[in-house]
Amino acid sequence: MSEMQFSEDHEWVVVDGDVATVGITNFAQEQLGDIVFVDLPDTGKTVTKSDEVAVVESVKAAAEVYTPLSGDIIETNDVLDSAPETVNSDPQAGAWFFKIKMSDPGELDGLMDAATYDVFASDEG
Amino acid sequence: MSDGLNVALKQTPLHALHVASGGRLVPFAGYDMPVQYKLGILKEHLHTRAAAGLFDVSHMGQLVLRGAGGGEALEKLVPADVLNLAEGRMRYGQFTNAAGGILDDFMISNCGDCLGLVVNAACKEADIAHLEANLPEGCTLEYLDSKALLALQGPKAAEVLAQHCDISFEGFPFMSFRETTVAGIAVTLSRSGYTGEDGFEISVEGDDAHLLAETLIGEGDVELIGLGARDSLRLEAGLCLYGHDINETTSPVEAGLSWSIGKRRREEGGFIGDETILRHLSEGTERKRVGLKPEGRALLRDHAVLSTVNGEQVGEITSGGFGPTLGGPLAMGYVRSDSAEVGTILNAELRGKSVVIEVVAMPAVPARFFRMKQ
Repeated sequence: MSEMQFSEDHEWVVVDGDVATVGITNFAQEQLGDIVFVDLPDTGKTVTKSDEVAVVESVKAAAEVYTPLSGDIIETNDVLDSAPETVNSDPQAGAWFFKIKMSDPGELDGLMDAATYDVFASDEG
Repeated sequence: MSDGLNVALKQTPLHALHVASGGRLVPFAGYDMPVQYKLGILKEHLHTRAAAGLFDVSHMGQLVLRGAGGGEALEKLVPADVLNLAEGRMRYGQFTNAAGGILDDFMISNCGDCLGLVVNAACKEADIAHLEANLPEGCTLEYLDSKALLALQGPKAAEVLAQHCDISFEGFPFMSFRETTVAGIAVTLSRSGYTGEDGFEISVEGDDAHLLAETLIGEGDVELIGLGARDSLRLEAGLCLYGHDINETTSPVEAGLSWSIGKRRREEGGFIGDETILRHLSEGTERKRVGLKPEGRALLRDHAVLSTVNGEQVGEITSGGFGPTLGGPLAMGYVRSDSAEVGTILNAELRGKSVVIEVVAMPAVPARFFRMKQ
């Protein structure tokens, strides 16, 4: 498993071989507030980096989640269907959104490491 | 949220308390207001229905109308029965326009030698101008700019106030008010609110607001509640939000607010928009405000289009969100009257897909207003 990497849209990525697991960051869930619904993509879907692939609904607003990587969605996290609040309580582990078989692992180079992301997020907050 | 944006926003007398309490401040009707505190919207909502929630609603406009002829003048602007409102009592009403639409909604109180109005923050300047343009000689309108307004809502609200206030709460009817003291602080205390629970609204001098709030929060049952939960509470209670469920194009009849039009007013008219409104009362309306429950867990938001199962567009959502007490998504909207019966199944559009939605009775959560023991 790779180190966790981060996108400018506040998604995190962990890579195992050619499969990346993607979720939203702790910073993102704090900004959103109580999550009450997650609309996940269909498995089998082919997506391109920056496509909108999921929607996270808090009480007040909906927020789009973009894929930081291109490839095929091979699995989505059922836990978020029954317990969307997991995004608030365990955003960077238990509340992963989807797993994607990457078509272009070179896209990982464009992601931030944890230290860089922390600086980036604190500038935004 | 840049500092440059916040500099232009107004602050209520409780601003420092919001900041000190970890409030997440957002612009609302020109004010810097807490949408939530550390508990978050869901917990704040649930706490209010379980115990007591304290809300700062000082951004709303507190107005006082004085002088002979004030009630008569006001009756020309509103369908409510103002002249027969007993002293010490309050009721709900709206300012209407010539098309029978609603300019703002408000609570009106009869203080004996004056009439008090509490109007929405976003409309208060327009409401003041509207009143001033229509008052006779000898009538004055005062805007109580320095006063704060707090709401304490929930099943424990009366018990909390009773620790600091000597009046009999058993003998204090819903939709009435009195001058009294809470923790030695002079207040106007009304038994009213916007949550569907028993609760009170407390008008107090701005300088006393912080101490009053801290005293109430000091009672273990009370938590500070933000505007996010205020919205989910009123949505579950089936209450309209001006600018969403009622506006200049909706008549009080379409909005399901006919109960607020006095019987004498229905017979006599004599208010702006009476022609349309009285016609709506006698002939019915083409559309109605209804409660709506989406199937599943997806939230539907304002302006989502509603269609019959045959694909005919019949309306739209005007307030869409989540009901924490209900445990699921909830909405209100307007639909063509022939599709407005409780139980009607409709489709709503969400991100290019169709969601099944049912017309449901309002309120979605049973009201628990205070009833005097007989």
